[in-house]
Amino acid sequence: MTSATSAGRAVLVPERGFFIALVRDVRLAMRSRGELAQALAFFVIVVSLFPLAIGPESVILKRIAPGVVWVCALLAVMLTLPRLFQSDYADGTLEQLLLSPYPLALLCAGKMMAHWLTTGLPLALVAPLLGLQFGLDAAELGVMVASLLLGTPVLTMLGAIGAALVLGVRGGAILMALLVLPLYIPVLIFGAGAIEASLAGTDVAANLSLLAAILLFGFVGAPFAVASAVKISLD
Amino acid sequence: MSDAMLVAQGLSLSRGVRQLFVGLNLSVMPGSATILRGPNGVGKTSLLRVLAGLTVPDEGNIAIGGEVTTALSLMARQTVLYIGHANALKDELTTDENLSTQLALDGQSVRPEVRLDALRSVGLWDRRNVQGRRLSQGQKRRIGLARLWVNIGRQGKRVWLLDEPTNALDQAGASLFMDIIDAHLASGGAAVIATHLPLELSGASVDFNMAVPE
Repeated sequence: MTSATSAGRAVLVPERGFFIALVRDVRLAMRSRGELAQALAFFVIVVSLFPLAIGPESVILKRIAPGVVWVCALLAVMLTLPRLFQSDYADGTLEQLLLSPYPLALLCAGKMMAHWLTTGLPLALVAPLLGLQFGLDAAELGVMVASLLLGTPVLTMLGAIGAALVLGVRGGAILMALLVLPLYIPVLIFGAGAIEASLAGTDVAANLSLLAAILLFGFVGAPFAVASAVKISLD
Repeated sequence: MSDAMLVAQGLSLSRGVRQLFVGLNLSVMPGSATILRGPNGVGKTSLLRVLAGLTVPDEGNIAIGGEVTTALSLMARQTVLYIGHANALKDELTTDENLSTQLALDGQSVRPEVRLDALRSVGLWDRRNVQGRRLSQGQKRRIGLARLWVNIGRQGKRVWLLDEPTNALDQAGASLFMDIIDAHLASGGAAVIATHLPLELSGASVDFNMAVPE
């Protein structure tokens, strides 16, 4: 806002935009819990299919656990991406976000935070239970959770860019997958790599640090990238 | 002209091969409503979107408060309130929550009582805790009226761009809308309204006729 001097004018605190979007989207997600449960159920079921299909041989199961968990987490997050902007686009809310005096990047950051809290975080929290099926021990499960906590926010941020870019495009879901999946590869490699390192008994710090670095980079860049993508899609 | 709130100069916009308008000039003065008239498809919605900054015109510029601004500049976003065809409401949120979100995004932080007052004024008091999915089209439109009601006379969004605001509203709703616009104009605000209805405003209003360019 321009000034606090003119009578009665409250200063507009830009950061409030983040919380307005965050609170709204979390509330919306809580109202449609069925949708939330779907992604989580998808993750749980698909991960559980592997031990059933491959059999109880613990050497093989341990070997594939990191890759299976990470690929499934990645797909589960991707299933939820259309939710981020699609309904806001359809009902005109996105236009109102654009026209709000709050910075669009902060509003988008709030939306992404809400998305992670309602998808990535539950996935990371439920993952240890699934890891048990693959015979991972406590330390390895800990690394799995840590890698998911660091990696899933990046999945949300990269996914949000893709989701915003395909708004209003027919057949957007497939296009978004084609757009987003290649970008997910580094996260997949370092995320699964951390768990593999833990299985091999080597140092996990390198992989986790790289994930954290990507995450920090995302914090700085993603809100602006998403805001630009939204503007492009609405013009 | 110098005290115009919003001035559009030489706006041109084409959609595909169709030229919607060329060299269009429009000034929006405080305390006055500009009513966009013209047949369907003449470009009323497009013009409102250009004025709001949602669409970038092929040519021309828009000045707010005497200064030329780019689309969606902070200045523009602080000045312009746009209500389009879509109501920007969520099925999962209650009437009060929907209104509260819209006002928060407008940059209006008001006490809950003000919000409830607004809902009472637009006849949604007994629907305040009902989810959006259970509201009729007219009731959804009335949430937009409540949003306007709260914005009357407040700092912030003083130029209203309204696209067919009386759609789906009954007679009482339409006259309520005109009362709200009158109060807004009386407080020194301005409005650009695309509508097919004859509006009976007591404040100053100018018809702006749009025609298909040759």
